[in-house]
Amino acid sequence: MPAEEFHEWLRREGRIVIVGASLAGLRAAETLRAEGFAGSLTMIGDEPYEPYDRPPLSKAVLLGKASPDHTELPRRREIDATWRLGVAATGLDMAAKRVRVADGDEVPYDRLLIATGVRARPWPKEDEAQLDGVFVLRTRDDAVRLQRRMKAPPRRVFVIGAGFTGSEIASACRDQGIEVTVAERADAPLVGALGGVIGTVAAELQRDNGVDLRTGVMVTGLEGDSTGRVRAAHLSDGSTVETDVVVVSLGATRNTDWLAGSGLGAGPRGIACDAGCRAFDFRGIVTDDIYVAGDVARSPHPLFGYQFLSLEHWGNAVAQAEVAAHNMISAGADRRPHLWVPAFWSSQFGVNIKSVGVPSLGDEIMITQGSLAERRFVGVYGYQGRVIAAVSFDNTRWLEFYQRMIETGAPFPVDFPTVDRRPEGRKPVPADFPDPSLPTHGPTVTLSGYSPADRHLVFTPARH
Amino acid sequence: MRLVVDLNKCQGYAQCAFLAPDVFAMHGEESLVYSPRAEQEQRDGVARAVAACPVQAITAEGLDGARHGLAEAGREASDAR
Ligand SMILES: Cc1cc2nc3c(=O)[nH]c(=O)nc-3n(C[C@H](O)[C@H](O)[C@H](O)COP(=O)(O)OP(=O)(O)OC[C@H]3O[C@@H](n4cnc5c(N)ncnc54)[C@H](O)[C@@H]3O)c2cc1C
Ligand code: SF4
Repeated sequence: MPAEEFHEWLRREGRIVIVGASLAGLRAAETLRAEGFAGSLTMIGDEPYEPYDRPPLSKAVLLGKASPDHTELPRRREIDATWRLGVAATGLDMAAKRVRVADGDEVPYDRLLIATGVRARPWPKEDEAQLDGVFVLRTRDDAVRLQRRMKAPPRRVFVIGAGFTGSEIASACRDQGIEVTVAERADAPLVGALGGVIGTVAAELQRDNGVDLRTGVMVTGLEGDSTGRVRAAHLSDGSTVETDVVVVSLGATRNTDWLAGSGLGAGPRGIACDAGCRAFDFRGIVTDDIYVAGDVARSPHPLFGYQFLSLEHWGNAVAQAEVAAHNMISAGADRRPHLWVPAFWSSQFGVNIKSVGVPSLGDEIMITQGSLAERRFVGVYGYQGRVIAAVSFDNTRWLEFYQRMIETGAPFPVDFPTVDRRPEGRKPVPADFPDPSLPTHGPTVTLSGYSPADRHLVFTPARH
Repeated sequence: MRLVVDLNKCQGYAQCAFLAPDVFAMHGEESLVYSPRAEQEQRDGVARAVAACPVQAITAEGLDGARHGLAEAGREASDAR
């Protein structure tokens, strides 16, 4: 059948299966229907809930402004799908075009979208991870459990890892007047994502808000009492912190295990795809019936030398899902590339932190507006003479301007030394990202694979 | 009633916090904290916030009475093009 005709048939009566019924899965389903897909649509999700939003779980929910059970995503439209919730996909037969699910069923597809996201990396010592009072925060169930314990209230919360989620949890604790200790292996919070210059500001922010921040230390063990409840954490500097709640915030692992042996190019770094969201098989040959979107995807980006980006970003999940859905039901020339400029937000200690581009690629940073001391500024990251990213603390309205600089490859150092004539910003300084060969849990953007431009393999920490 | 704010778009203009203070609140100078589930009696306020947001960052469901009110659907579909 010629491509045009095939796609007409597909739109009319094809079978589309989406695995992973969360943000990316839902937005893809809505896009399919909005663009006229009239065939059958099946949503397979291992969580028993309809798609819900995760960012509020570490923000509004822990601040007591929202219930963890009530963050379901609003629907943009009816999607008329068969929902298979509470059942995991356990395997994929690429040749027969079927997805195996946990209850033994096989679901056939003409087009498959994989949007299985990531899961929280647990505390590596299993017996300690089982202790009562040790939590992670990724799902709605995690949030219910953690929130219940925070209401008690605990004497002290101990957060392992000062990435965005760990820092937001610490912020919520202080907001509720709960004592909190944060332990971080690097020298400051957020360094993996934003570098040491900004990390220093984040460290002061935490300390000024009463967080007991311990940096440059590792947690060597968690200790339980005779009833199996956590009572203390031991640190590599020999100190011990008594605590009754531990939140493990050591980043995430991609949900690709179910694809082992399927022949798809899926592994611990995610599922590689082309710019049109089509998955590669393990030989590096692109498929045309399997698409990926959201946190589980790794896709090449022209703005960043076609390196593969894995983004754990809300906005990326939405944008990539829309492109994947469009391309699934469109023939060649109508397809679109996923060219989204990475954008991220976090809110902690009353400060609005946002970034655009890929800060962790930058080797230098220049403060172009505001001042670090006031914690209200914009910093621009440079890489090989170009603007590659920007970060703002309470200065969001300017980010669009910097986004355009990234998109157009504007020169770095920027030619305006500072917009508001503050002394700090006059010259670029090293952005001070940790040595990439030292594993950290931090970055929400991971570069992997090699760039055709410099044939340089970027180390990606696969494990904590 | 379900809602979500695209906080990449949100610029902290706080119009929503004036119009539906039980649902939207500012935390610090420009961080928005909101409740993803609003009560029925806050519907009018939320509808006004959706309309007033200068960057159209708020998506709410059920504004026109139907279970899946498609307040945003038209706009999103045209965005997608
Ligand atoms: C606490 C928290 C705070 C966050 N804050 C921010 C923020 O401030 N800003 C920001 O940009 N991003 C934030 N994020 C990230 C954002 O939520 C994610 O980028 C987004 O959820 C990605 O959506 P997704 O659909 O790709 O993946 P996910 O939301 O991870 O969904 C994947 C779904 O697939 C399911 N699944 C996995 N394996 C299988 C299987 N084998 N079979 C069936 N189903 C399966 C999973 O259970 C899950 O329901 C935050 C995330 C968390 C957890
Ligand atoms: S009105 Fe819009 S931009 Fe302003 S705070 Fe509310 S959501 Fe954000």
